[in-house]
Amino acid sequence: MGSLNFSIVFDRWDMILQGIYLTIRLTLLATAGGFVLGTFCAIGKRGKTVWIKKLCSAYIEAIRNTPLLVQIFLVYFGLSSLGLSLHAITVSIIALTINVGAYSAEIMRAGFDSIEKGQLEAAETLGLSRRQVYWHVILKQAMERVYPALTSQFVLLMLASSICSQISAEELTAVANFIQSDTYRPFETYIVAGAFYILLSFLLRIVFWVLGLMLFQRRRNLQAFI
Amino acid sequence: MGASFAVGYLMFLLKGAVWTVGLSLIALSCGGVLAFIVALCRIAPNRWLRLVTALYIQIIQGTPVLVIIFLTYFGLPSLGWSVSPLLAASLSLSVYVSAYLGESWRSSLQSVPRAQWEAAECLALSRAQRMMKVVLPQAIRIATPPTVGFMVQIIKNTSLASIVGFIELVRAGQIVNNTIFQPFLIYLLIAVLYFAMCYPLSILSRRLEVSAGEKAYA
Repeated sequence: MGSLNFSIVFDRWDMILQGIYLTIRLTLLATAGGFVLGTFCAIGKRGKTVWIKKLCSAYIEAIRNTPLLVQIFLVYFGLSSLGLSLHAITVSIIALTINVGAYSAEIMRAGFDSIEKGQLEAAETLGLSRRQVYWHVILKQAMERVYPALTSQFVLLMLASSICSQISAEELTAVANFIQSDTYRPFETYIVAGAFYILLSFLLRIVFWVLGLMLFQRRRNLQAFI
Repeated sequence: MGASFAVGYLMFLLKGAVWTVGLSLIALSCGGVLAFIVALCRIAPNRWLRLVTALYIQIIQGTPVLVIIFLTYFGLPSLGWSVSPLLAASLSLSVYVSAYLGESWRSSLQSVPRAQWEAAECLALSRAQRMMKVVLPQAIRIATPPTVGFMVQIIKNTSLASIVGFIELVRAGQIVNNTIFQPFLIYLLIAVLYFAMCYPLSILSRRLEVSAGEKAYA
């Protein structure tokens, strides 16, 4: 046991930066993919076709009630048993997207359900098709209402992307594992990794906050008006 | 592969599942005690105590559970404390639970109407009595559905203990896989077992939420 030595960890800053870059990439791609997937699932679950409803519910429940680690392994070995040997990063993105899709689906469904019936009736009276109702009337309002929940979910996704280190996707945690086995300084290494994750989650919240300001101008104008 | 082998493997997986449940209960009970302290500190009259706990929650909620596990399992021995995989997993999961559940319980405590506090104060109850006899019984009702829901998260996160070599469900599966090498089948089986543990809790949480909502409207 010696005194703490952080500089030995920061000596490998180029690796750390690469790890951070991959963590950000995984997070953003899975967030975008998962949000689209989740939104379609939420719409499917609210629809009238029974088998689509059942399929969406099954997907949501299956994902929400099993660990991400197992899902990642399933995608990894499932794809390879189909003869597809994809890169660890691709597998990670697929698994994370499938995972966060189920969570965003539940959040978006809550958002869709919170829209007043009167709006739907009004939209129907105007002769809008179901697709038009979702696209022009409900989607943005629903998103606005559940935006804080979505933000938290995407931050959780960023933290969960650390599990991708287990299929050797070289993101921040995997880099930390490598550095600690190289320097024999596990305590310092993981403190640094943890600090970067805290920084990243803070940054991600800021990005989503700014994005929210840009997306939901109506609320901003309304607040300024009141 | 004979049927007797398959039964043996399945028993091994089930034994792992028992440890998953055990680890979840350890994390829930130890983490629950910590979470209660965290929640109390978050609404304490002392401003510094509130700030420090808020910072603690932000730090833990901003760090992946996996990194916390690595920090305890690899980091503590380098500082001179040796920890077993079980201890490392219990410790880090408890810390994880304390931050998330603590914040959830804080909001439950605070969602008890302010008037209840004031009425209890008018009855000359001490702060401790107000908490124990008036606020807590109501807060527990509010906190139950999200806590049951969070138990699902705890069970799922115990899977990370496999990474530091603690033999729970996933690790047991990996060990079986090392002999029969059918990863997809085994992980599918593991997923089914996790689902069997988590889904009833999810349903229960949802039902409790619905019935709590009905009571609130009644």
